[in-house]
Amino acid sequence: MTKVENNKAWWLVLPVFLIVAFSAIIPLMTVVNYSVQDIFDPYTRYFVGTEWFKQVMLDERLHDALIRQFIFSFTILAIEIPLGIMVALMMPTKGKGASLALILVAIPLLIPWNVVGTIWQIFGRADIGLFGAMMAELGINYNYASEPMHAWLTVVLMDVWHWTPLVALLCYSGLRAIPEVYYQAARIDKASRWAVFRYIQLPKLTNVLIIGVLLRFMDSFMIYTEPFVLTGGGPGTSTTFLSQSLVQQAIGQFDLGPAAAFSLVYFLIILLVCWVFYTTIMHMQKDK
Amino acid sequence: MVWMSWTLPTAAFFAGIALILVAMTTWQAISPSVERKGFLPIETTRGDRLFIGLLSSAFVHLGFVALSDVPLYVATALCVLWMCFLMRWG
Repeated sequence: MTKVENNKAWWLVLPVFLIVAFSAIIPLMTVVNYSVQDIFDPYTRYFVGTEWFKQVMLDERLHDALIRQFIFSFTILAIEIPLGIMVALMMPTKGKGASLALILVAIPLLIPWNVVGTIWQIFGRADIGLFGAMMAELGINYNYASEPMHAWLTVVLMDVWHWTPLVALLCYSGLRAIPEVYYQAARIDKASRWAVFRYIQLPKLTNVLIIGVLLRFMDSFMIYTEPFVLTGGGPGTSTTFLSQSLVQQAIGQFDLGPAAAFSLVYFLIILLVCWVFYTTIMHMQKDK
Repeated sequence: MVWMSWTLPTAAFFAGIALILVAMTTWQAISPSVERKGFLPIETTRGDRLFIGLLSSAFVHLGFVALSDVPLYVATALCVLWMCFLMRWG
């Protein structure tokens, strides 16, 4: 029997395509148009070619922001992923304890980003915040508003507090999906706790961990609200990440041309990382 | 459309991308692509190779803009050659 080709279902994709066109493709085209012009208003604009791209690519401040962004993303990944796995392994699996643990772990995820920034802004202050006061009691002159290292520590801690639950919940669901027979086999073999983790749990968590790493990398790479509320990018520019540099340029200085060129470079970096992750996920699934 | 601040080069760029997409869709309809392994370390379809080619071309252009004063059409010519090479043997 010959298989009949029927591509009518593609019409169902049309509404999504139209929405994406209005919300993403048309604005992206406008950004590309802006990136090659000096824009004063829609009627007063001058074609400048690749000048903004050259300026953006050679801008030391943006290089610093990019380096800070990568350091931040890799730091929080190095903490959140192992910590998330550890939390998931320690969470109860049955009874009321399991539901309670799930709710408690999920609470930070429910808090809006600007509120998270405000919470940590207060939490880190030595005069009225618990964390700041605790550091003062330990004899550390902790001040995230004036010390770059303290600002970094607070931003990293805030992100770890806010987003480790996501990794933990993903890993928890991954762990619950492992059939009991694997554990039975491990018990028969008298496998140690470490061996169970290394040869059963960790391989079974690979897919959820890739999703976790992808989500956390993309989110942390685009972070804006929390550091903006907490430190405002300071002290100096020590916690100014890419998105904040972009907003300063586009809205603060109204340099639309350079900001558009910067957005495109930023977009290309994100696209590259997304593609690498997507390809890795797809090929790992195929290999299985 | 005035608010989109169109210029001739950007319009030509998007028209080119649109034409490539239409051509690839037609090609796919006429002769569906099969995954294969070329010099790239992964198995790719025609669309994958096009995406890899476009993305790498964007970075090559950025590299030319940032690191040299060589006219950009040299980068474009190199990228066209790279795209042909990638689509055929990638």
